[in-house]
Parts: sequence; C-alpha cells; structure tokens
Amino acid sequence: MQKNTIFLLLGVLILLLFMILNISLGSVNIPLKEIMASLLDADVEKETWRYIILEYRLPKAITAILVGSGLALSGLLMQTLFRNPLAGPYVLGLSSGASLGVAMVILGGSIFGGVISSFFFSKWTLVIAASLGSILVLLAVLATSFRVKDTMTLLIIGLMFASLTSAVVSILSYFSPAESLQQYVFWSFGSLGNLSWQEVLILLIFWCLGILISIFCIKNLNSLLLGEKYAVSLGANLKKTRLLVILATGLLAGSITAFAGPIAFIGLAVPHLTRQIITKNNHLILFPAVAIGGAILMLICDSIAQLPGSNTTLPINAITSLIGAPVVIWLLVRKKKLYF
Amino acid sequence: MNIETEIKSILKTHQLDIGYANKLIAKNISVEINTGNLIAVIGVNGSGKSTLLKTLTGDLSPKKGEIYLQQKNITELNTAQLSHFISVVLTDTQFSHNLNVEELVALGRQPYTNWLGQLSKNDKLEINKALQLLEIEEKSLSKCSDLSDGQLQKVLLARAIAQNTPLIFLDEPTTHLDLYHKIFVFKLLKKLTRQTEKAIVFATHEINLALQLCDQIILVNKGEIIQKTPEELIKSNLLQELFPKDLVAFDASSKSFRVL
Repeated sequence: MQKNTIFLLLGVLILLLFMILNISLGSVNIPLKEIMASLLDADVEKETWRYIILEYRLPKAITAILVGSGLALSGLLMQTLFRNPLAGPYVLGLSSGASLGVAMVILGGSIFGGVISSFFFSKWTLVIAASLGSILVLLAVLATSFRVKDTMTLLIIGLMFASLTSAVVSILSYFSPAESLQQYVFWSFGSLGNLSWQEVLILLIFWCLGILISIFCIKNLNSLLLGEKYAVSLGANLKKTRLLVILATGLLAGSITAFAGPIAFIGLAVPHLTRQIITKNNHLILFPAVAIGGAILMLICDSIAQLPGSNTTLPINAITSLIGAPVVIWLLVRKKKLYF
Repeated sequence: MNIETEIKSILKTHQLDIGYANKLIAKNISVEINTGNLIAVIGVNGSGKSTLLKTLTGDLSPKKGEIYLQQKNITELNTAQLSHFISVVLTDTQFSHNLNVEELVALGRQPYTNWLGQLSKNDKLEINKALQLLEIEEKSLSKCSDLSDGQLQKVLLARAIAQNTPLIFLDEPTTHLDLYHKIFVFKLLKKLTRQTEKAIVFATHEINLALQLCDQIILVNKGEIIQKTPEELIKSNLLQELFPKDLVAFDASSKSFRVL
C-alpha cells in the first residue's frame, strides 16, 4: 500500500512534468519562463504567446489528459467486465459505435436537410450521439457475450460490429456532399487540438460523470476478478454492476471519440503497462494508476504528433497505433500470457 | 476441538423438488446439514449432483418446496444476505491469475467491507487466520499463476474460510490432483470442520475416500437423493446398485469398490 501510494504520487509528478513539456513544444518556440508566466497570469513579453498558450496549447494538453485517462479507464473497465485481457474500447467496437453516432450527425445531417443539420450540429448533439453509439454497441456485445463464453469469439463479434458500423458509415458517406465528407474524414484522423474551452468543459462534464459512475463499481469490479459466479456468491449485484460499467464506459469512450476522434490502443495497452508497475489488482489502486498512466501516454503521443520544431501535426490516431501496437506485441512476447 | 459442542442445524430442506423449467431431476428431497459436519455428495455423472448443489446454494430456484438456512427461507434472501451464510469453491478457474494469494483471500471479506471494499483491521485479522489455517502464509505474496493446482485449491479454500460463513460448498475439489493430494484435501476439509465448526459440503467422485472420511454422504442416484452416514450407506444395498455391474462392484467388507 505504502509503495503504491509513492508510485501514484510519482505518477502525478511525472504527469505534471509531461504536461509542461507538452505545452512548451509546438510550431512557435516560446521560452519556458514565458510559458510559466502565461500560466500563472504574470506579465508576458508577447501577447500572442499568451494567446497561443492559453487558447491553444493549454486546452489541448487538458484534452490529452482527459482523453488518455478516460480511454485507459474504459479499457480497464472492459477488461475486468469481460474478464478478457484483450478487451478495450477500440477492440470491442465502442469507438466504431461512437463513429457511427458522429457520422449520423455530420453526414446524416447534411443528407437530410440543411436547416435541420445546422440545428442538430451542435457539439452537445455530437457527444450525445457518439455516447449513444458506443453504449448501443456495448449492449450488443454484452448481449452476445451471454451466449458465447469464449473470449476469442467475443473479440471477433466486436470486430464484426465494427465492420457493420463502418459499412453504415460508408453508405452515409456515399450520399454525402464533399464538405461534410471532408469534415468527417478529418474527424476520423483524431485530433486533440481543435477544442475550444467550452468544448473542453463539455468533455470534462462527461468525463466526470463516467468516472463518478465507475467509482461506485470499484468493489464489485474487484469481485469480478474471480469470475461472475464467485462475484454473486460474494453478494455482488451483477445486473446493476454491468449496467453501470456499460454506462460509464459509453459516456467516457463516446464523449472522447466525439471530440478527439477514434483513438486506438490507449484503452488496450495502458492497463497492461500499468500492471507492470503496480502489483496490486485492487481497482481502488488500479483506477488512479491507470488514469495517470493513460494521461501521461497521451501527452507523450501528442508531443510526438505535433513534430517538435515544425508546423505539421500528424493524426493522433496514427501515433497511438504506432506506439501501442508494438507495446502490446512486446508484452505478449515477453509475458507469454496476459491476464486481465 | 470440543466434541461436546452443541450441534445445530444450518440447512434443512422441506419437500424439495429440484430441476429445470421442463425437467424434474429429483423430488421430495429431505436433506439436513449440521454444524461441524463433513458431507460428500456422490453420484454417477449426470445424476444431478450439481443441480442439487446449485439449488442448495441459492443459484437455482427450487421447483417446489423450501430450503431453510437457519430458519430463513433461502428464496427470501438476496445475494448480499446469502453471502453471509454460504461460501463456495468452484471448479471454474477463470479468475484473474494476476491476483496474488493475499488479494484473492481478501476478496472473501467483501460481504463485510464498505462500499469501496476497504479492509478493516478485523478483516485483515480474518484473512491472516485463514492463511494460517491452511498454512499458506509464506505464499501470501505469490501470484496465482505461479501456484500448483494443489496450492491453488488451498488458496480458494482459504478465501471461503475468510468469508466466514457457517456453510461452505465445494464442487469437486479433488479433480486434477494426484492420490496423495486428494487424500490431503479430504483430511484438510475434515480438520477444518473440526476446528471451525463450519459445515462443509462437497461434490466428489472419490467414493472410497468419502466413505472413510466423511460424517455424512448424500447419494444422488436415478432421481433419488438419500442422506446417510457412511456406515448406514454401506449396510444398505444402495452402493451395489450405483454402477452397472459389468465392471465394478462394491465390497462391503473392505468398504470399497473393486474392479471385477
């Protein structure tokens, strides 16, 4: 317990360090002293610097933290609920479900009339549609998981739902005008940088809701580590836990995907990476650890994506996959077997 | 332990019928489980052993009749209340092998912990007691993935002990174990019933061992469920009827089954 508390505190420190590093990197070179001055509301040499820091880089860093921690936590929730080490919001088709929701709003809106689309196309609509999309896919995967006990089958079913939703998205794109299609494609690359403070606030509200709900599941998630039969024998209310976990994951993965696009591997890889450092399996300790780990990894990925010293920003989704896939392969080869 | 402690009834059935929606397995069952008793449930494959265990643990509703847990009807208890009466050890090993021994045993305290599952001083005391009782304290930090089948069985049993229920059900605790460890587990269960006054009920195929070591036997055979002491069972002709007579027969003088 003592050791893990130290690890958590250390994690927070590293997180702050990476956050400052993330803010200090970008196409415009701003001295560290001026960055701190902007953050602390002191005098800054150039007003544009303050603007870049406060209106662009800071919301982006906060988005990265919310996205990374939220996705990593939903990965942990999925892995424990499905008792499957390979579960995660992307693998189980949650991100595809959210994509479908977003596509319905961006593409569907443009097909079914201009007036309605401008009315519907507010950020709230996007987030709610995306959350509903992921919750729907999750419920479908869960319903089939009662019929098939085999974990591999479950993952394949997740993949099938992903192709189903992407097929619907293809049909929608086929009938969409070029601008909305472009808008959708850019969204699907994933980006952390385009959020206004108001949008960050909406994301934060969903994030808090998701976290709050999952905190109430911590005890039953621990008993689920023994399997559903043991969990029931320990007095867990399975139906309620399942519903709450799905709701929390849907809110987290849905809202994050709505704003930042479908981001792969964070949800799958971070819980396993965290388990290499934190030896406890108690979700009370794993929860903050995984959240901090996800935030740190996302900040790193974002720092790489903006290619320090250049004007180019790479799609964040590509970076997380480039880092995440080798990490999962390395873990599988080294540990021979992954546990949830 | 003091043998003269008062024996109390923990579980009692009343005109119990068990089975599934459109299939009756056995009817009018009368079973009684008392404190400190080691009871084996025996029967051939597919006879309904696990249906009986599922029903007695509250996992499956009775088709008819009642099950009383210390005067309380089992159907009126929710899972949280039930977890104070019955703990289980299952054959299913689909739990996270990432857990270490101490963590796994600690999960047995869940019925008593707060909404976050934090362990109190008393919880930690009970966990240590369970680890000591099964002599696995020095293994407490080992991961389950590093344990042998026999050690894992002890850990799962320790978890059930930590749950501190008057009744423990085990589903075939000796499968996958060699003869020595089978006897070891039987002896261990017997010792636990004597030391803790808990009643332990377990399904098993080891009839020879059960006849030697158990206080009571519940025989499940062809829709009939009978509870007797080993001596009574041997005197009755029921064991001779258990298997088809072409390969194996029960020899009452040696109290064991013999290959023909």
